Amino acid sequence: MRKSKLTKLTKGIVLLLLTAMMSGCKDMVVLNSKGPIGRSEAELIYVSFGLMLIVVLPVFVMTFWFAIRYRDSNKKATYKPNWAHSNKIEFVVWTVPIIIIVILSFLTWKSTKELDPYKPIESNVKPLEVDVISLDWNWLFVYPEDSVATLNELVIESGRPVSFRLTSQTVMTSFFIPQLGSQMYAMAGMRTRLNLMADVPGTYMGRNLEYSGNGYHKMNFKVLAKTPEDFKAWLKTAKTTSDTLTMAQYEEISKPKAGHPVKVYASIVPDLFDKVMAPFMDWMNCHEMKMDGCSHEGACECSDKQMDKCHDKTGCECPDMKKDSPEMGKSCHDMDNKKMEDNK
Amino acid sequence: MKTDNLSAETKAMIKAEHSHHKEIDLFGFWIYLMSDLVIFSVLFATFVVFQHNYAGAAGPKDLFEMPYLFIETMLLLLSSVTYGFSVIAMNDNKKSQVLIGLIVTALLGLGFVGMEINEFAHMIAEGSSPDKSGYLSAFFTLVATHGLHVSFGLLWMFILILQIVKHGLKDGVRSRLMRLSLFWHFLDVVWVGVFTVVYLMGLV
Amino acid sequence: MIFGKLQLSDIPYDNPVIAGALASSTILALVIIGLITYYKKWGYLWKEWLTSVDHKKIGMMYIIFSLVMLLRGFADGIMMRAQQAMAVGDNQGYLPSHHYDQIFGAHGTIMIIFFAMPFMVGLMNLVIPQQIGARDVAFPVLNSISLWLTAAGGALMMISLGVGEFSNTGWTGIAPLFEKAFNPGVGVDYWMWAFQIAGVGTTLAGVNFIVTIIKMRAPGMTLMKMPLFTWTTIITNVLMVLSFPVITAALALLACDRYLDMHFFTNELGGNMMLWNNLFWMWGHPEVYIVILPAFGVYSEVVATYSRKKLFGYKSLVWATAAIMLLSFTVWLHHYFTMGNTTDVNTFFGITTMMIAIPTGVKIYDWLFTMYRGRITFSVPMYWTMGFFVTFVVGGMTGVLMAIPAADFVVHNSLFLIAHFHNMLIPGVLYGYMAGYNYWFPKVTGFKLNEKWGKLSFWGWAVGFMVAFYPLYILGFMGMPRRISHYDNPEWQPYLIVAAIGTLIIGFGIFATLVQLFLSIKDRKKNLDTTGDPWNARTLEWSTASPTPEYNFAVIPHVKELDDFMRMKEDGTAYKQPEKYFDIMMPKNKPYGPLVGAFTIAFGFAIVWYIWWLVIVSLIAIIALVIVMSFDDDMEYIIPAEEVKRQEDLHFEKLAIAMAQSDNK
Repeated sequence: MRKSKLTKLTKGIVLLLLTAMMSGCKDMVVLNSKGPIGRSEAELIYVSFGLMLIVVLPVFVMTFWFAIRYRDSNKKATYKPNWAHSNKIEFVVWTVPIIIIVILSFLTWKSTKELDPYKPIESNVKPLEVDVISLDWNWLFVYPEDSVATLNELVIESGRPVSFRLTSQTVMTSFFIPQLGSQMYAMAGMRTRLNLMADVPGTYMGRNLEYSGNGYHKMNFKVLAKTPEDFKAWLKTAKTTSDTLTMAQYEEISKPKAGHPVKVYASIVPDLFDKVMAPFMDWMNCHEMKMDGCSHEGACECSDKQMDKCHDKTGCECPDMKKDSPEMGKSCHDMDNKKMEDNK
Repeated sequence: MKTDNLSAETKAMIKAEHSHHKEIDLFGFWIYLMSDLVIFSVLFATFVVFQHNYAGAAGPKDLFEMPYLFIETMLLLLSSVTYGFSVIAMNDNKKSQVLIGLIVTALLGLGFVGMEINEFAHMIAEGSSPDKSGYLSAFFTLVATHGLHVSFGLLWMFILILQIVKHGLKDGVRSRLMRLSLFWHFLDVVWVGVFTVVYLMGLV
Repeated sequence: MIFGKLQLSDIPYDNPVIAGALASSTILALVIIGLITYYKKWGYLWKEWLTSVDHKKIGMMYIIFSLVMLLRGFADGIMMRAQQAMAVGDNQGYLPSHHYDQIFGAHGTIMIIFFAMPFMVGLMNLVIPQQIGARDVAFPVLNSISLWLTAAGGALMMISLGVGEFSNTGWTGIAPLFEKAFNPGVGVDYWMWAFQIAGVGTTLAGVNFIVTIIKMRAPGMTLMKMPLFTWTTIITNVLMVLSFPVITAALALLACDRYLDMHFFTNELGGNMMLWNNLFWMWGHPEVYIVILPAFGVYSEVVATYSRKKLFGYKSLVWATAAIMLLSFTVWLHHYFTMGNTTDVNTFFGITTMMIAIPTGVKIYDWLFTMYRGRITFSVPMYWTMGFFVTFVVGGMTGVLMAIPAADFVVHNSLFLIAHFHNMLIPGVLYGYMAGYNYWFPKVTGFKLNEKWGKLSFWGWAVGFMVAFYPLYILGFMGMPRRISHYDNPEWQPYLIVAAIGTLIIGFGIFATLVQLFLSIKDRKKNLDTTGDPWNARTLEWSTASPTPEYNFAVIPHVKELDDFMRMKEDGTAYKQPEKYFDIMMPKNKPYGPLVGAFTIAFGFAIVWYIWWLVIVSLIAIIALVIVMSFDDDMEYIIPAEEVKRQEDLHFEKLAIAMAQSDNK
């Protein structure tokens, strides 16, 4: 009786391991991506694994081969206690890894440029813009072009690139949809960017990957990738829902609490994303920045209170901030540095 | 350790070991200084990252006065020179001159620390306390870490003065004098960095 | 006022899990204290051990301490695996997230700072002076202070279990989550101060060993004649002295934030949370090599000894180690490719990271070619070494994979990352330390460890490691994040159950290590090492008696070659007793270490709980102790030549009997 249980268990484990390897393709969502970014990243993983096996496989073989061949009891094997140097071997063991790393470095250089999360995805459809605001411990998605927002559920259009802007109301989080590709951190007072696309309609899982406190494990959301028609229809219904996202409402949902139910807001506070960033940006001081009322990137303007402290109020100019220039628009931090250099 | 009833051979061994150990102590102190330098490097780097994060609070132009800083800096630089006199006197075995040198150095050091505390108290009284902005946090932390080092140097100097009075210029005391000398000059060099990065570059 | 923030309700006696752990550790501590009192051993313990400045005893205390912490860290590990194996869907598991979130931080902090580091410093202490032909380290009292600072940090860790809580921000700290605005409790403070105190101890140990190796080598031992373990140790210590101050400063900045409301890593008023990531990993990445390089040194010694052959490619190995040291400072950003860096920055740090794979690969091949044309005996240390070869390369492979930024974007912060670094740290670090423990054990104790249970312990770890961590690679590809206490995806559960079973197998490995130690002590008479050289080894530490006399070397050897003891054995000069012995001067035991440690515990506890009077008192006490020490002239004592001769004669007698016996065989 006991024995059969044990055999069952061992069988179970072996079967499990086998199915893990076989069924991997389906369950391993990261390697089975539904979008172009994730697919390229999975390919990259396969290619680099293959290259590295050139170095790794011989280690397996040699460890066991040498161990058996040169075991103490095998007196037939050659024994050379003072043989400790060979230029040929040294040459090979240095050169082969170097060559592989050179190839991988090239791959790295190429793929980092190509799969830059900030790079817009080439497409003849205009990308869908979504502002992601991470809260304790919920996700707010704002669609600035259509003035709607959703809480804890992201709705996108399949076949159309999505251009995310990310920031955080509280601590650092990481926004990740495993089936679509790259993750990106969201940080208070900073704006990061991410471009993804779903090829096929479907329901995917997204979540926070950076530990952010007690409710972290519940900080996940569904991603609904809809066909263009369905997406349009969804937008229509979204605009007619009864919930609206006022500032009061926003403050309510940004209080620490895990697992708010999914909600759709028919209207939003204008420039909500910038308003979320603004309170964390007061370190950008008018002393150096001389910024005043920059219209669109409201996040970077000096408040009146701060302006009062400026020594020299005259000459405060609105810096020319190109909203979507990837070189300088990384985060307001970068923008600040760039601006400062210009001022000098 | 009592060495009275040991053989001449053993006494020679002990002497050789002690003199070897003096070298070891000095080398060890150098390595420690390197690690301390890393701490200062981190604080300098942090300061540079934060040098414009005023967050509406006061900036360098509101905070610093050149003449005051100049005197403060001179006190510390001068104290390095007077410490140098002490070391020269030690090499000449002139106990009283060593003591005078150390006392003058300590007074100059106390002056420096006093001026710094006064400067800080002034800033805090005017509302520019370290909790007001990233810039002020970085400023206070960097400068106060240096000040704390100087204060520990002063405590050490005070103890050395006691030891010289008590034991005279014994081997152990000499070796400690040399190490404190390294420490003191090191703090001088760090201060030159602080003066340049924090004050001069802030005012420019 | 007297107790600061501390209240009786801060002791979580109402939580069955913590109360159980607390009660069992308290009972265990009471039993140990009771036994010591019953056998009246306090005086002996204090005089011979706690105040000891003998590097061998300090080394042993480091290792005992780290093994105790290993048990606690492992208990944390098994709790996490058990929770994740069950907490799916409606099942919430047995740990609320509030508790679970403290455990992963405690597990990481303990394993890195209070298991790996003390074990490594312990091995260095045991071996380095003997391997370089010295009688002690450069600063023996400082050595004792280092030990007790580390122990003080560990004590603070243990106190956090019972009084208050521990940090929920992982062992790395997470900015700005660890700021007071998000974490007003004492957990982060416990983590910060335990880490800080142990870190200072480590920096001091680093200074000590750099000076020891540079200044105290036996005459004739030039740099390129140093054994490889000495090489990896000095490089590790350089890394320690250069990188630990970074974390000291970073933690001090955090303390300024938390205690003085400053703004270094805050969201508001010009704080910069990204600075924490930079500073932490500027220390954190070198730290990985700090724990791994000494293990590489152990592998080098072990593989040469048990293959009965010279180490292949000695120069290559030295240069590869140096290359790793330099590169380790240029890669820190790979811990956060996903922070929105420019592509140029990511590419640079990706490529530098990969470059580390080159010297590491070379090392593995050099060890393999040491086995080639050898005569390999499969003793326990060799098991660990070979286990390392085959599993470590898998971790290396996944590491290079994660060095490619675009690939890292999908596996970062997932269980893939967890699998990767456990794959580096278990085979790379723990296997090496276990190999070293089995290898040098007879040197310090005079008897060998039980082979059978040693091998069982290896198999427990080797099989358990694969079963516990390889499923995590798959889970990473399935998109499972790290650090979650509960999940809704039922597809993950089977793998997590397998992983939990793996942890149990590892548990068997740890159990076997304890049995091995117990049996070996019990049967020590059978396994005595009377020659001082049980493995027919190559380096100087094996030329003395086992256990090594307190003075290590009766006469300081003159080194002529690399592997100088092997040379002496071949020359026939290894076992010639010198004609005359001399008086030897040794450092005296001093109580400064344990006293500084005790006041540091008081300081740490007081500052965590805002008990300001005790903070001031303990700080003054520590400074006063240092001052008293500087007035203390009575630091050494003389071992007379006759005593040296007596001990050495005894050794040579035993040696003669052992030699005669082996000739008869």
